[in-house]
Amino acid sequence: MSDDATAGALVPTPGQTVGPFFHFGLPYAGGESLVPTSHPGAVRLHGTVTDGHGDPIPDAMLEIWQADEQGNISTEPGSLSRDPYVFTGWGRAATDAAGHYRFTTVNPGATDEGSAPFISVCVVARGLLNRLFTRAYLPEDAASLAADPLLSSLDEERRPTLVGTREEGGALRFDVRLQGENETVFLQFPRHDA
Amino acid sequence: MTTTDRDETRSRDGLASQAVITAEIERIREEDARSVVPRTQPRIDFAPYRSSILRHPTKDLHQADPETIELASPVFGHQDVKPLEADLTIQQNGEPIGERIRISGRVLDGDGRPVRRQLVEIWQANAAGRYVHKRDQHPAPIDPNFTGAGRALTDDEGTYSFLTIKPGPYPWRNHRNAWRPAHVHFSIFGTEFTQRMITQMYFPGDPLFPLDPIYQSITDQHARDRLVAQYDHDSSEHEWLLGYRWDIVLTGSHATWTERDGGTDHV
Repeated sequence: MSDDATAGALVPTPGQTVGPFFHFGLPYAGGESLVPTSHPGAVRLHGTVTDGHGDPIPDAMLEIWQADEQGNISTEPGSLSRDPYVFTGWGRAATDAAGHYRFTTVNPGATDEGSAPFISVCVVARGLLNRLFTRAYLPEDAASLAADPLLSSLDEERRPTLVGTREEGGALRFDVRLQGENETVFLQFPRHDA
Repeated sequence: MTTTDRDETRSRDGLASQAVITAEIERIREEDARSVVPRTQPRIDFAPYRSSILRHPTKDLHQADPETIELASPVFGHQDVKPLEADLTIQQNGEPIGERIRISGRVLDGDGRPVRRQLVEIWQANAAGRYVHKRDQHPAPIDPNFTGAGRALTDDEGTYSFLTIKPGPYPWRNHRNAWRPAHVHFSIFGTEFTQRMITQMYFPGDPLFPLDPIYQSITDQHARDRLVAQYDHDSSEHEWLLGYRWDIVLTGSHATWTERDGGTDHV
């Protein structure tokens, strides 16, 4: 690997599509349940993943990673074995035949004083050649949303694609549009190559 | 290419020919070869892979600084992954059919540091090129002794190791007579969620490489080579299995990056 070394940095391995046949390899029982539905703070996070024609994508998968209600980041293992008393902050759910995904989780708290709480989202799908990152912000705290560095760096019309919608009963709706009208904002972090 | 040209190269089922797909692949590769900085990741806009046409964002990815949660990663432990899950040849009652192989390597971050005690997941077709998946209709036999999914945790050196069967190539309907090179799907976590990655590992010398639009969506040869394992005779075992070695490099962590650039240390 020494031929890749430039100033101490290695060149990252390329990604590839998750393909059509990941369902027996990645999703697992309990993957969508960060907390049990009986948890007092349980919140349904759900939405539809759609393509450039607005058609649902039945072979996509989302992973979410988030802080707990107090804004603490879990360092507990157990996301795959799922002890209902342990919050690990991570979950995985494939879309169903209607392109719909759902998680049971809690509203994340702010990880830093005054910061806007959000759930980090990673999206993969058949037809999508590399994973995509985005964020699902909670819609409630207008002041912190207005001050958020990412949201304020976006055009006003694109900003809503990153903010979840609170539904009756407290569920958080977050649709992912891979392409086309209201295309979701996807993120590139520093040190990430195109 | 005019519409007429395209029609002539289409078969009765409406699928493009390999020649059309290969010409598209070559045109995009030549376009990218003119750019000063070679791409290290696949293009997500890559029409020769037909399913990508409506499934890639058309707007540029938005530059963002990672926040606190994105600088951390989920933790996996021995309650999550049993050591036997890294052996895909013992999941059923009998020996699976095919070439027994070991795939091992290290997971490193972009600064060359091992990614320790982190989750690696794989899934793959069997030796005949058939997946245990209800949507796989390829008329090749299912092996009752092979499921094709495994998990492992890296050790303190970032090393992972799977015992499995060499998967076969299989046909798909991207275009007429399209065949995927044999591959194993890999899912890898780093020390930050920004390092999350999903990819495919290939086997050396596969004649299907130049024809495959998924592999060729990485338009730089050096970058493509990074997905190809090496045959490793030292990890082959006498009268037992063949060894392949494949190291995985995740993007650099932002903790070191911010330190190096004099920024705040997030960790």
